[in-house]
Amino acid sequence: MADTLTIAPPRKEAPLVTGNLGISEITQLVSYHTEKKPPSTWYLAFAISSTLLAMLMVMIGYLFWNGVGVWGNNNPVGWGWPIVNFVFWVGIGHAGTLISAILFLFRQRWRTAINRSAEAMTLFAVICALLFPTIHVGRVWVIYWTLPLPNQMEMWPQFKSPLLWDVFAVSVYFTVSLVFWYVGLIPDLGTLRDRARTAIRRKVTAFFALGWTGANRHWRNYEKTYLLLAALATPLVLSVHSVVSFDFAVSIVPGWHTTIFPPYFVAGAIFSGFAMVMTLLIIARKVYGIRNIITLDHLEKMAIIILVTGTMVGFAYITEFFIAWYSQVEYEQYAFLNRTTGPYAWAYWTMMSCNLLFPQFFWIKRLRRSIPFLFVTSIVVNVGMWFERFVITVISLHRDFLPSSWDYFNPTLVDVLTLVGSFGLFLTLFLIFLRFLPMVAMAEVKMVLPEADPHHYEEHEN
Amino acid sequence: MLRNIIRDVKASMGIYKSRDDRVYGLLAEFEHPGALLEAARKVRAAGYRHFDSHSPFPIHGMDKAMGLGQSKVGYITLGGGLTGLALATWLQWWTSAVDYPINISGKPFFAIEPSIPVMFELTVLFSALAAVGGMLLLNGLPRPYNPLFYSRNFARVTDDAYFLHVAASDGRFSLDGTRALLEEAHALGVEVIHDHGFSQLHA
Repeated sequence: MADTLTIAPPRKEAPLVTGNLGISEITQLVSYHTEKKPPSTWYLAFAISSTLLAMLMVMIGYLFWNGVGVWGNNNPVGWGWPIVNFVFWVGIGHAGTLISAILFLFRQRWRTAINRSAEAMTLFAVICALLFPTIHVGRVWVIYWTLPLPNQMEMWPQFKSPLLWDVFAVSVYFTVSLVFWYVGLIPDLGTLRDRARTAIRRKVTAFFALGWTGANRHWRNYEKTYLLLAALATPLVLSVHSVVSFDFAVSIVPGWHTTIFPPYFVAGAIFSGFAMVMTLLIIARKVYGIRNIITLDHLEKMAIIILVTGTMVGFAYITEFFIAWYSQVEYEQYAFLNRTTGPYAWAYWTMMSCNLLFPQFFWIKRLRRSIPFLFVTSIVVNVGMWFERFVITVISLHRDFLPSSWDYFNPTLVDVLTLVGSFGLFLTLFLIFLRFLPMVAMAEVKMVLPEADPHHYEEHEN
Repeated sequence: MLRNIIRDVKASMGIYKSRDDRVYGLLAEFEHPGALLEAARKVRAAGYRHFDSHSPFPIHGMDKAMGLGQSKVGYITLGGGLTGLALATWLQWWTSAVDYPINISGKPFFAIEPSIPVMFELTVLFSALAAVGGMLLLNGLPRPYNPLFYSRNFARVTDDAYFLHVAASDGRFSLDGTRALLEEAHALGVEVIHDHGFSQLHA
């Protein structure tokens, strides 16, 4: 009787780090890549991505010289690709903070292997995201009007506008993510400093390591700060895409004016963000040989999150239909019929199959653990999520209330090359990160090893 | 009086004054986190206060072993958050209802509902910056120079080594007595740290 009343001990967790790596081997395995010459595939990837980045710069220069007429944006579709790309990138930038903050609060210790690179990816995706509304305003030289700065016109930003909320939400998100990422880096920068062989490397790493010595008096405040940042970043990450969705939901355009938008955008953001983390990590773990730290189990867990959030997003798509019918608003009903059967039906069905149907394969364990399948799905998901933003932005705008104002939207070459170029910006930044900074949070991975537990030794002695 | 307060505050950050003979303290290495935890407990029980443990990752239970209370970062964060909230409320009210009221579709010049997103964002921003700023302040970081860097062995602290440092500024410190205590706690090795200043460090 007695043992049925006692609480069962927590289930033994599968090892988070495979291959019997010791503490010092983790230091070596991760730091080593920032110290040696990068593999030749790195140079190849860097050449391609920096070429794309240069192309992006040319496109932006061309845009500034000529004005937004170089894009396909037309009279009903004033937002076009720049806003589609903005929402796409800011969505991708959600996984990093989700992994580092929410999974931290839920004590998901497996996150330690992937949080550093996911947070870096978040920052770079948010940089890409911030680019698009900035260049979309048309008169980019007065972009500072979005900030509450005193000026000669004595005008202030319009705080009742969701577009201004967006400026605050995305820039605060970027700042807090950057700070969170840097705080996580401090102990690892200390490691790089202590391993540095040349004076210049020692000076640079010592500057950024802030004199870290792993003192317990410091760890005490550090851990508290990390917990607080996680607690602050959790509502923040949920708020960012909610505020982005207000850009749509606060308007009265059919197909946008719905209360489901905030949760549905957040689920979509997590979905696409995890897909992008998966794409990048599958490549990085192979090229850098860190398959024992970023294990197949990690990828499988991410696949499960993709399955869950993909299904949530698909459920939201269907709910929107139900509500359009149930509302008995003729414009709302037309907006949804037009999505499925109108001139952009191809985009709608691409979105549906990529986001709702494709992730359902992850119910099968064998497919969740197949690297090629994971890789293909992660890309399919991001294609689908780009189309989701296209469907929302373009289909609703191109046919609103008056048929006389309807028009069809076609992107131009500049639109296409700017989107492709933004991947150049993203990948260039990510490759620089892989080259110079530890891509795995070493101190945190060490913490989840059994050797890090002071009681580990008592058991062995007794 | 003031000098003592400054000394104690600095000691809480792990910054200690070296002795006139340049002795900064004793640095003992331990085999594993369990041994380090045990040693910290012993040193604390022997009455030492100016000491710190150094490890590549935080060790569970070390705060208690060293007799350290709750971190104060939380209060600083709360202060930052309230500042951000107050600033956002004032900013939106003053700009749109006092300094330059503009009638937009007959909406009130200022209302709480449309002000919530910016209030939330600035609260989070100020809390996060206060948390990190407070952490650095309480830790006495950035600290470019630390006499412990004179120990060659100490470079392994960010890899896989565990150290206990007892500072010479502690009232109970004596080279022989403290060394005996550390050795009794199964230190692998004990090293005297001298403070020769920053300029000599990599010379």
